[in-house]
Parts: sequence; structure tokens; C-alpha cells
Amino acid sequence: MSAVTHPAPLADVQPLTGSQVVVAALKDQGVEVIFGYPGGAVLPLYDALFQQTDIRHILVRHEQAAVHAAEGYARSTGRVGVVLVTSGPGATNTVTGLTDALMDSVPIVCLTGQVPTHMIGNDAFQEADTVGITRPCTKHNYLVKDPADLARVLHEAFHVARSGRPGPVVVDLPKNILMGKAPYLAKAAFAPRSYNPAREPDPRRVEEAVELIARAERPIFYVGGGVINAGTEACVRLTELVRATGHPITLTLMGLGAYPASDPQFIGMLGMHGTYEANMAMYDCDVMVCIGARFDDRVTGRLDGFSPRSRKIHVDIDPSSINKNIKVDVPIVGDAERTLTAMLAAWQRQSNRIDRARTAGWWRQIDEWRKKDSLRFRQNGNGIKPQYAIQRLHALTRERDVYVTTDVGQHQMWAAQHFPFDKPLRWLTSGGLGTMGYGFPAALGVQIAHPEATVLCISGDASWVMNMQEMSTAMQYRLPVKTFILNNSYMGMVRQWQDFFHGNRHAESYMDSLPDFVKLAEAFGAVGLRATKPDEVDGVIEAALATRKPVIADIVVDRAENVYPMIPGGAAHNEIKLSPEEDDGPVKGEEGGMVLV
Amino acid sequence: MSGTTTGAERVATIAVLVENEAGVLARVIGLFSGRGYNIDSLTVAPVDEEGRLSRITVVTRGTEMVIEQIKAQLDRLVPVHKVSDLTMEGPHLSRELALIKVIGRGDNRMEALRLADAFRARVVDATPESAVFEMTGAGEKIDAFIALMRPLGLAEVCRTGALAIARGVRSL
Repeated sequence: MSAVTHPAPLADVQPLTGSQVVVAALKDQGVEVIFGYPGGAVLPLYDALFQQTDIRHILVRHEQAAVHAAEGYARSTGRVGVVLVTSGPGATNTVTGLTDALMDSVPIVCLTGQVPTHMIGNDAFQEADTVGITRPCTKHNYLVKDPADLARVLHEAFHVARSGRPGPVVVDLPKNILMGKAPYLAKAAFAPRSYNPAREPDPRRVEEAVELIARAERPIFYVGGGVINAGTEACVRLTELVRATGHPITLTLMGLGAYPASDPQFIGMLGMHGTYEANMAMYDCDVMVCIGARFDDRVTGRLDGFSPRSRKIHVDIDPSSINKNIKVDVPIVGDAERTLTAMLAAWQRQSNRIDRARTAGWWRQIDEWRKKDSLRFRQNGNGIKPQYAIQRLHALTRERDVYVTTDVGQHQMWAAQHFPFDKPLRWLTSGGLGTMGYGFPAALGVQIAHPEATVLCISGDASWVMNMQEMSTAMQYRLPVKTFILNNSYMGMVRQWQDFFHGNRHAESYMDSLPDFVKLAEAFGAVGLRATKPDEVDGVIEAALATRKPVIADIVVDRAENVYPMIPGGAAHNEIKLSPEEDDGPVKGEEGGMVLV
Repeated sequence: MSGTTTGAERVATIAVLVENEAGVLARVIGLFSGRGYNIDSLTVAPVDEEGRLSRITVVTRGTEMVIEQIKAQLDRLVPVHKVSDLTMEGPHLSRELALIKVIGRGDNRMEALRLADAFRARVVDATPESAVFEMTGAGEKIDAFIALMRPLGLAEVCRTGALAIARGVRSL
């Protein structure tokens, strides 16, 4: 399109190639880092990246890891993570990462190469129907068939990824579009067509909610990752509101860090492996204030046994998250920061104060529940308890600027329980999709964004090997990520469920032929460490922290340890099981709950 | 407290105004299949002068919570401009177009033509042994006509599914 048909300022008169338009749009969007892997269809774009210095490209060793690294970058900064891969297998390898980002509301823009437009549909070499494959696992996706659309589509992709409930967006770029001429449209001149989610809450609903909160006798704040997505300011507002009310707060797995864990009003994580006090309080409360969480099945347990006597307030940016699983009484659609600000203002306008008399009985009850000390474990004997290793890791890094990623399984739950966070954006885990292999590449993305920070990847022996090729990436970019593998030679959570629900039959959950993780680290040129006894744990952690190299620390832990407390599938919050030594015997599944995952 | 599976089901006729772009229908249909919603019928065509916007009319069924979800999920799709639940938002008209082929001679043929006249179906094609009827109206009326044609040599039916619009001054 020439300047004649599209005069300035809408179109730039410089004759750019499609690849140059992509690079210009990325710069215009403030992109500093791309995680990617080259291939035939995206060579023109790699050539354009090669000829500039503003945007840094991080070469991963598998495209799935590119998405997880971009997620780590995005979730530790609050910015959009950017991925660049080639067509066909490059694109299909991103599917797990994209689904992970969709479930956990992570803003990602993923650029995929495509065969030239005239070959689409011909089963060309490295052709895949990328928009078809990624349609259900992205928030939105685009196939650019007209060079005139290129710049607008890229700006819209960033707009869609970061607004409303954030998520991944794919832009599929045929090679001829990248090589041909294309007009540029500046970000400033772009206006979104149809997607403009409402951010301001309905003031009457806010007033109604605050009145409920003030009158509650057994209140609880139930807060999720949506508040973290709304920004650090939203977390500050949340803390102000919760402190102004004096009410207890529980956080979801994704919400950890949104409110300081060291604060006495925090009663721990809720859900399947949440604390006794948090789950019991959810069951018995009379007013529930859900902000930026989505009543996920790991949180609610059995729906008809979920908090049966409470009035429920639900604040969410996404109308489709409200009344999806649980019918609520006061729905509020809005951005968490704006809604919390409005709630604080309403709280002050209504001249509410902390009413200790009204909630005294409730706090006494919560303190009774707290006395169960539901996360308790005993570090005795010669074996290392995984919980102990995590507590030591926290104790020895608490003075540092620390970020923690995890993989999925037992170690993930122990990390959530025993590594407290007082600040948001510090805790990165795959919550919704439960992606083994997430933790290590995500940690690399975090380290890229925060070169001076201490980045810990708490992992398991089974999860970590799923993306261990990324050790090469860590070495290439000198990313001193410290990986702590809680090694029990099992897929621990699978083994735990087999013990509880499948008669102790360990079908394929034993990790035979694990590598020697110390030698593996050395083979990559990294540092390998090992602890096999409790008194070796501190030394290994200190040695890991002392080096500027990537570290794999193989922490050989008690193989039989299980994650407690536990709400078995299909049970309600008040049916939570404590560890067998403290409680009434082993966890057993109900028949109805057995079908649940 | 009620889950999505409890409560009475209802039928909802939902009008959706969408950007007329490649893949938009796949997004809408993928949303229904991916989340396990029902589609009773679905129609789509461009509706503005420039062909920039298309209107989808989808007839679906589910509990109140499921229908609310369907509307919220549709509204969340990027190319969707507007979602309207015509069933809930006041009186509306619903019409369907059907083409119905009947093959037969003699008395059956005469009876089919007589019934078509009574139902205000137009004969749009005829040979000595066949007729194609064009019929518009509410879905139930078309159902009734097809049922009557069945013993008279009904050979083929094609239907558009419902189109719907609000009565009065309300518009999408």
C-alpha cells in the first residue's frame, strides 16, 4: 500500500519489508527480549533481527521452553512475553506452553512462521494449520494474509494479550508476507476494533459489597492471581483493604505473594493441599470476598459442599469467570486495582472501622484451627524431608532478591506451603494446566528479566528432565539459575495417588534409570551438587548460592513422604485430611471422587 | 451454590454480531464444541453494506448458568461486537426458510399441493412427478408441514435454522 492511497500519518512512507514491519512493531510495543528458535519460514525475520540491536533474542533448545521462558519473563515483570518460532513443528511445539499461558492468564505474543500464502493448504514442507491448531489454546490468533494488515494485527495482538484477562496470542506469518513490502502503522495510530473489556466496576455493586464486608461476622478474603495480573499497585490496595477490615485472607496457588505471607491476617493457601485453617474458614464463613480467582476445582472441592452458608462477592475482569462454577451474590466485573481502590474509598466513606467484637469469635475459631499446625512434618532420622529442604532454602535466601519457579507435583505443593512470599511476581508455577517441565525454562526467563536476582527452580526428578535440554540455554547466556531437584526417584504425586486411591499399585510411577544429576550438570559445564543427609542441606544451598554458574543441586529426599493436608477429589473443604500421625488414618477416595483428576 | 448441571434447561436464541473475517465461524463453533454446549441451529451471513459485519443467530439450550456462560464466552471472543439473548430480552420474531422436495404422482401429489397451499408454501419447482416447496415461518410450522409430507413422498429437506430479530424499536 503506497502513501498515495494511505497518506501519513496512518502509513509510513518508507518502503519496509514485512520483517522490518514486525521488528518496528515489536520495538514500538517496547519489546526488549524475544525467546525463540529459527527455521526456514522465519529466516527473513531472523535476518531483520540480526540487523538491529534493540531487541535481544534468546535461543532456546526446544520451542515449548521458549513459551515457558516468555511466561517466566512476563510473570516476573508484568510485561508481555514474546516468542518467535518457525512453521510446522516449531509452531506445534508451542502448544503446551500456549495452553499453560491460557490457563494461568499470562500475556504472551507468539509469532509463528508459515509457508507462503500461495502454498497454504498444499501440505507443503513444514506446513501446519497453526491457527486451526492453536485456536482453542490461545486467547486469539491471526493469520496475516495481506501485508497491509501486518502492523495493525501486531499491535492488536499485544492489546489483546495484555488487556482484560491476559492470555497468549498467536500471529502466524507466511514467509512471503515477511519478504514482501508492507506499510507501517505506528502504535500511537492504532485503535482496537472490538475488544475493549470494561475496567471500571459498577459503583452500586461496590457499595453493596463493602456493606456486606463490614457487617460480616465470619468473613474471608479469597484472592487469586488476577490481583497480581492487575499490577503491584493492586496488591498494595489489597493489603490496605484487608488491613483496614481486619479480616482473614487466604490466597490461591496463583495468588501467593499478592498479600504478605508474614502478615498475621494471612491464614495460608487454600485448596486441595491448602492449610486446615484456610479450608475450614472457607467452609464456615458467612461472607466470602473472592478477588481475581476463578473457583477452580482444586479450590472448591465438591461443588455442592462448597461454603454452604456464605454470601459471595466475586470481583473479576472477565465476566465469563463469574457464575461459571459457583453462583455468587454480588458479581463485580472490573479491574482488580480499580475495584479495590473503589472498595477502599467506599469503606472509608461508610466510616467503617475494624470491628473486633463482631469478628472475635471467628478469629478465636481460626486460631483453634491454626493450632492443628496442618503443615507440620518431622525432620527425624537420616533422610532429608523435602519440606525441610525447602524451609532451609527459604531461610538461607531470605535476605536476597529471590524468585522461585517450580515444576508440577509434590515438590510444587511443598514449595507453595513452605516458601512464603511477601511480594508479588516472585512465585511462578504452572497452576491451571499443571505442566511438568515448566519450572526450569520459566526460571531462565526470570533470570533474563532480572539478571542480578537469585532465581531458584524447585523441581522434582521427573519434572526436571522434561526440559533439561535448556541447560544449554542457561550456559550460553550465563544464567545462574539454581535448580534444586527434590529427588525421590518417583513421580511423587502420581505415586501418592496410587497409594491413596489405587491400592498402592505403582504403575509406571517409578523413575528407573535417572541420570546422575551432578555429572549431568558437569557435562553441560554447570555446577553439580548433592545432599543425601539433613546436615548436608545447608552446605549445598550455600555452595549453590556462592557460584555465578547455573547449578543443579540433587537433594535426595525421603521417598515415602506424602503431601498433607489433602482434600481428596470429590470431597468438601471440611472433609480435609491431615497427615495420618495427626489424624484419623489414611486418605481414601470416595467412589464419586475417583473419576476426578 | 448450584453447579452448572443443576436447574431447568431452557432454549435460548442468541444473536451475535461479529467481524466478518476468516475463521470467525470456526471460533464460535469451536467454543460450543470445546466447552460442551449444544447447538440446535446456527445461521450466518454478512449484514452491513460493506460486508464488514456478519450476524450469527444461534439457537442453543442449557441451564440458566450455562446460557449465561455461553453469552459471556461469546462476548469474550475478539471479533465479537455484540451478543444479545433474544429469548430473555423481550418479544422477538423467529423465522426459518425451508426447501422441501416431494416425489410422487396422482393422489399423493394432489394432496401435497393442496396442503402446501393451506400452509402458504410456494411451489418453486415442479415436474410431473416432483415438487419443491419453499416455506418460511416459525420452526414448528415447518416441522408440521414436513410431518404431513412424509407419507406423501417426502424426498429431501433443507432448512436454514432460525433467524431472529427483536420486536419493536429495540435493535442489536
